[in-house]
Amino acid sequence: MAAQGTIRERARDIVEEFGLFDDWMGKYEYLIEIGQGLPPLDPLYKTEAYRIHGCQAQVWVRPVMKNGRVFYEGDSDALITKGLVALLIRVLSGQPPEDVVETSLEFLDEIGMQDHLSATRRNGLASMVRQLKRFAQMHANQA
Amino acid sequence: MHATGAIQDIPGKFDPAQVRDLFPTLRREVYGKPLVYLDNAASSQKPQAVIDRLIRYYSSEHSNVHRGVHLLSREATDAYEAARKRAADFLNAPSESAVLYTRGATEGINLVASSFGPLHVGQGDVVLVSHMEHHSNIVPWQMLCEAQGARVRAIPVSDTGEIIYEEFERLLGERVRLLAIGHVSNALGTINPLQNMIRQAHELDIPVVVDGAQAAPHMKIDVQALDCDFYALSSHKMFGPTGVGILYAKPERLKAMGPWQGGGDMIETVTFEQTTYNEPPHKFEAGTPNIADVLAFAEAIDFLEGIGQDRIAAYERDLLDYATEQLLQIESVRLVGTATEKASVLSFLIGDIHPYDAGTILDRLGIAVRTGHHCAQPLMRRFGIPGTVRASFALYNTFDEADALAAGVRRVREMLG
Ligand SMILES: Cc1ncc(COP(=O)(O)O)c(C=O)c1O
Repeated sequence: MAAQGTIRERARDIVEEFGLFDDWMGKYEYLIEIGQGLPPLDPLYKTEAYRIHGCQAQVWVRPVMKNGRVFYEGDSDALITKGLVALLIRVLSGQPPEDVVETSLEFLDEIGMQDHLSATRRNGLASMVRQLKRFAQMHANQA
Repeated sequence: MHATGAIQDIPGKFDPAQVRDLFPTLRREVYGKPLVYLDNAASSQKPQAVIDRLIRYYSSEHSNVHRGVHLLSREATDAYEAARKRAADFLNAPSESAVLYTRGATEGINLVASSFGPLHVGQGDVVLVSHMEHHSNIVPWQMLCEAQGARVRAIPVSDTGEIIYEEFERLLGERVRLLAIGHVSNALGTINPLQNMIRQAHELDIPVVVDGAQAAPHMKIDVQALDCDFYALSSHKMFGPTGVGILYAKPERLKAMGPWQGGGDMIETVTFEQTTYNEPPHKFEAGTPNIADVLAFAEAIDFLEGIGQDRIAAYERDLLDYATEQLLQIESVRLVGTATEKASVLSFLIGDIHPYDAGTILDRLGIAVRTGHHCAQPLMRRFGIPGTVRASFALYNTFDEADALAAGVRRVREMLG
């Protein structure tokens, strides 16, 4: 989780990794693998307080501030959703809150997962991004 | 009136190849693959005749109804009322005035809850629904009950997804003042034993509201044979346009009911002191109606009757049996809803795979299904599951598409199992 690099750098790595697969199946299999690799959220935190709503799958995200940076943990009961959660965490966790607020996350476009961001997918990714940013916003420019 | 061309002339067994060409959307590709559209319980595709009717109306016939002195308005009014006659015949309603146009099944049920509900349901009374109802046939009754100090109770459902009949009979005796029941369950496909339920309810003077949204595309509906007091359906699930539906109501029920919405068309005379109302059905159709969609809906009815609902039902039964058999050959597939009497809905789970994951992969394979709770959260809770994958078939679906679904489910297992 202690990945190095800015949001842009980490996103570029992800785009590169997904670029190794030339069909959607490979990309989804990789996404599922990434989801399976995400450490599960402590059931203690799988509560209403950390629940992201507007989802068909259940999604939880727990943000914390440490040393002026935002850290996120998350989980979902659907693997594809969990893979997407893992990607967001990999890019955003450990970043300065101002950067999280401003990011546009277009790397999701580039890896072919943009339709998951549309609110109509009801997988909560869009509301999740909003939630991540809201938390970051509360802590931005405080340092 | 019949615009479906050659279909009526085809005798005997129905073959979907004969109608697929009439549905332009079915020719579409998704992600470079032929579309396998198995989300018909959510909404069906539209035949060209329905689309053409919309275009023709807006291109050369449009005018407001029930108002104008001029030719166009008279023509539009005649067409609109002829469509109502068509719909009344389709349901075997005793008269056109028993057929109200609504926005869909949801609006029909809400109309009954608002206009009829308070006449019949009071303090301490019960509105009886079943555990397998769509939210559209639960929430309007809860709203009514809240206002009236009454409560909603639900007939329990067995593990196969059927009404537990003895429980229904027992509950009927518990201050039930209204029974609101689905004809066919959207989540399970179960066809409920309406004939007997309605007879027993009527023996106790309990009026019956039927949510027919899922039945009309699959079988012949005869509201007089059923003897229901109300029957609500949606055009868009039966090959017609969105935004229009029918509420059938027994004429004597309508007579007792006050208007629902106020406005133009529903009045006889208006003064600031007192307004008198028009007769049904117009009393319940305030404002400019959805003329174009009503006319196109009549085309959809022509289409369905042109093929013949009995032939449709027979074909869909074969298709459902085949698809069920194919899915059950796949290890870890579990059907949710195994009633003896079923319409062509297949709800299932694949091992522990989340329905959302399964639906996402099937989508990429070109197979459109629905996943989730299907607007029937109490039912999902009853089965202890977050939701299901639901494949719902229409008359244009083929055995090859059932094979494609089974192959897709195998692929899902490989990727996620
Ligand atoms: C059983 C049932 N009832 C009611 C409805 C509501 O229909 P509409 O949204 O067209 O009003 C649906 C639609 O999904 C349904 O399946």
